[in-house]
Amino acid sequence: MYNFNYQTASSADDAAAKVSASDEGKLLAGGMTLLPTMKQRLAMPSDLVDLSKAGLSGISVAGNVVSIGAMTTHDTVANSKEVASAIPALAKLASGIGDPAVRNRGTIGGSIANNDPAADYPAAVLGLGATIVTNKRSIAGDDFFTGMFDTALEDGEVITRVDFQVPETASYIKFPNPASRYAIVGVFVAKTAGGVRVAVTGASPCVFRASEMEAALTANFSAGALENSSVSANGLNADIHASAEYRAHLVGVMAKRAVAACS
Amino acid sequence: MPRDDGIGAAVRRKEDFRFITGRGSYTDDLNRPGQAFAAFLRSPHAHARVDSINVSPAMAVEGVVAVYTGQDLADAGVNGLPCGWQVHSKNGEPMAEPAHPALAQGKVRHVGDAVAVVIAESRTAARAGAEALEVAYTPLPAIPNMKSAKGAVATVHDDVTNNQCYDWELGDEAEIDAALAASAHQVTLSLVNNRLVPNPMEPRVAIGDFDHASGEHTLYTTSQNPHVIRLLMGAFVLGLPEHKLRVVAPDVGGGFGSKIFHYAEEAVVTWAAAKLRRPVKWTSDRSEAFMTDAHGRDHETTVTLGLDADGKFNALKVITDANMGAYLSTFAPCVPTYLYATLLAGQYTTPKIYAGVRAWFTNTVPVDAYRGAGRPEATYVVERIVEEAARQIGVDPAELRKRNFIAPDAFPYPTPVALEYDSGNYAGTLDKAMAAVDYANFKSRQAASKAAGKLRGIGFSAYIEACGIAPSAVVGSLGARAGLYESGAVRVHPTGSVTFYTGTHSHGQGHETTFAQVIAERLGVPIDNVDVVHGDTNKIQFGMGTYGSRSLAVGGSALAKALDKVEAKAKKIAAHLMEASADDVEFKDGQFTVAGTDKSVGFGDVALTAYVPHNFPHDELEPGLEEQAFYDPANFTFPAGCHICEVEIDPDTGRTEIVNFVAADDFGNIVNPMIVEGQVHGGIAQGVGQALLEGCLYDGDGQLMTGSYMDYCMPRADDLPNFKVETQVTPCPHNPLGVKGCGEAGAIAAPAAVMNAVTDALRSAGVSKPIDMPATPSKIWSALNGA
Repeated sequence: MYNFNYQTASSADDAAAKVSASDEGKLLAGGMTLLPTMKQRLAMPSDLVDLSKAGLSGISVAGNVVSIGAMTTHDTVANSKEVASAIPALAKLASGIGDPAVRNRGTIGGSIANNDPAADYPAAVLGLGATIVTNKRSIAGDDFFTGMFDTALEDGEVITRVDFQVPETASYIKFPNPASRYAIVGVFVAKTAGGVRVAVTGASPCVFRASEMEAALTANFSAGALENSSVSANGLNADIHASAEYRAHLVGVMAKRAVAACS
Repeated sequence: MPRDDGIGAAVRRKEDFRFITGRGSYTDDLNRPGQAFAAFLRSPHAHARVDSINVSPAMAVEGVVAVYTGQDLADAGVNGLPCGWQVHSKNGEPMAEPAHPALAQGKVRHVGDAVAVVIAESRTAARAGAEALEVAYTPLPAIPNMKSAKGAVATVHDDVTNNQCYDWELGDEAEIDAALAASAHQVTLSLVNNRLVPNPMEPRVAIGDFDHASGEHTLYTTSQNPHVIRLLMGAFVLGLPEHKLRVVAPDVGGGFGSKIFHYAEEAVVTWAAAKLRRPVKWTSDRSEAFMTDAHGRDHETTVTLGLDADGKFNALKVITDANMGAYLSTFAPCVPTYLYATLLAGQYTTPKIYAGVRAWFTNTVPVDAYRGAGRPEATYVVERIVEEAARQIGVDPAELRKRNFIAPDAFPYPTPVALEYDSGNYAGTLDKAMAAVDYANFKSRQAASKAAGKLRGIGFSAYIEACGIAPSAVVGSLGARAGLYESGAVRVHPTGSVTFYTGTHSHGQGHETTFAQVIAERLGVPIDNVDVVHGDTNKIQFGMGTYGSRSLAVGGSALAKALDKVEAKAKKIAAHLMEASADDVEFKDGQFTVAGTDKSVGFGDVALTAYVPHNFPHDELEPGLEEQAFYDPANFTFPAGCHICEVEIDPDTGRTEIVNFVAADDFGNIVNPMIVEGQVHGGIAQGVGQALLEGCLYDGDGQLMTGSYMDYCMPRADDLPNFKVETQVTPCPHNPLGVKGCGEAGAIAAPAAVMNAVTDALRSAGVSKPIDMPATPSKIWSALNGA
């Protein structure tokens, strides 16, 4: 690890200002990706601006919306009675991220801002059509994830919370990479007020919606309805763990299992 | 009534209190006054010429004390790392043994090869200095695997033009070919024994220290055999005599073989500490461990088994290519030859066996012994081909094995591949395993799985291993440049407590408990009054260390011999105290008695008399009660047994779940059944890891693709079922404790059992072409879908 300046932020705006004022500043949420990267000397930020005292953690439910503060840990979400009651699929997703150490440090804001192609939370945000609230604006989930490790966040923009509309039903099933336990493929299926949504993580460089599957499930929300729909292997990730064709196949299998788990 | 702390008791491990409370003292826990820190600059290329190294930018980094390159070591007369075993090719030529410099000289030969060392006031400064070094490389074509080694598009070593280390054989090829041709059935398989990264929990650490006053060098290191390191490094690399070189291997957090070998970093820090007159410490991080710890396995084999019409094995032919990596690690050449081909008879009476083994240099991390070392590879070949033969000729795999087992009354049994098995009862362990797995009802379980959309398969592995390595005369004749006896010294203190000094080394095996149990049993002292000391060449007389499941069979035998001597002397003292003849003195449960009388004296009184010799037969005996013994065994020991694995495959994802795993092992007599069971569990976990999860991969440029736990899959608890572990006792006939060794059995037996089960499950879905380890979900899905 190279030396860096450590700063704490008292608010999201304070964090944004401190990052802007530094040479190569980085926000530090849970640090579950950033810190290992720094330890391997693959990143050398001049400053880390710690968000842990910025007042961004906590869960609240108001009407049909579950709001999760950006600095809320996976463990908190996994064990939240409010989340378990409103969107059990979201609590279950959080309980399956990484290992206990990661879940005790990692945060929802950090996860979606990083937008790792194999992370779990992006599937929930896209699958539930959540809204990402920053210190500057609100961003629709559909517009947020723009590419591999890339989001719609601009310089000086800090996620403060994520608002999830409570769906009629939802489920998330992943097929973990045997080594890293990240998703080789994870599929989040939800029946929402705005229609059926199917979000796929792990399979491609960026989380995406499987529109053919959404159409099939809109007509008939059952696992059987997916028999004839698929995603193309074109453009999907291929690595030593899984070919693009295998990933495309797994999307179908996980989607069916997610739908079956919805009922 | 048997002691609750003696032989056979499931005593809790004495050492675990300090380990589980964080009070262990590992090498990285040691810090010497004034210590500096070393960081190695490692090659990013698999194969490149080193044109120049500019050390000035590194020296300019604040805190950097010194920078040394391969040239500096050469100028100082530091030699390369030695290889401890010489194999000869079938044409009589000695193996190719290219130089193995501690720091690269002229060329780098694998990613991670050490180019230079930077020594600094802090670890951070050392790393910053290493990054500041300017090295000009000219990349050369890489040899990332054995296929490209054979093609010889480039040479890993300029003086080995065909990249071949040796071309070795055992047996008469023409005779075996003829026997195969005359067989009613011939069954052939091509198998890959996948390359593994050992991954002990504790990465390697080395601290060099030098006492200018005494001229003594000290190396603190994560080693399984400190005396062997002292010999190799002192005599061959640095030219230091034993009496001025101390090697300490304190608590060591696992080794699995990878800490047997002498590594460059040990020599570099020892040399640099003397040069700088201050201690130098190096701690590997996990990334370095992946690219510098010797890897394991990496064989490609074609095997053919010939059977007669009744299913009796006529002949076996095995042709294996073995990857040595970029350099010869300490014991690498013997692993695919003498520790492998000699086990190809397995548990069977196969009368004719031929093994041809070619070893190759590649631009990869050196490969050496890893838990089982040659014997897992042999078991994998034998047990895969036997199971395949059973399926192909339509005989139940258990039945086919029984037709070919060496009978329990046939021992000692000379095999056609140079060994003489001492004892065994193979049908016994097969029957135990079959009962434990409920083999009789497998078909109904398979049908139930099928109804649930799953594929169920079952696989056997009736393994044998040669442990307790070994008779010095035998290993010497096979090319070992060392003897392989063991030593032990029993020091009885004046009030009857005991310290045992063993040349074996515990790095997870529980020696501090097992050896203490033997002493408690023999001397009748409570186990808490016994301490076991190991891992320091200044404390221990001599030793060959721990590997090859040898510690109890060889080191325990040395202990037994030393205890015999202690008892003999103590009897003489007791006889004196009781005014009897030593020949009439009996010793049992800590009491010396004289037959036919009520005379009795306790072990503690005898010990006290030995050290407070106010009334002592000085004309017959010296004071004191301390004895030492060296033990060189008459033969290997031959643990054997049968593991059976049952798997269920989800055809939708290709994921394999182990639903049942049973082990019936014959380790001879057992001192601590709980420790034995733990060793079996750990071994099976590693075997399952090899079969389903672990695989070290290089890309075409020789870059390591599995250099972290993101991509290299270690077995986790939830990958494994609850094991059913049973033992059968056929005592070893030629060592005093009747023990055989248990540390490697799981890793030896499990891969074939798992892969036979996977193959069986796939066959139930019509897939007859076997897949190679690791049987990942992706590979299985591809096999099921013809991809």
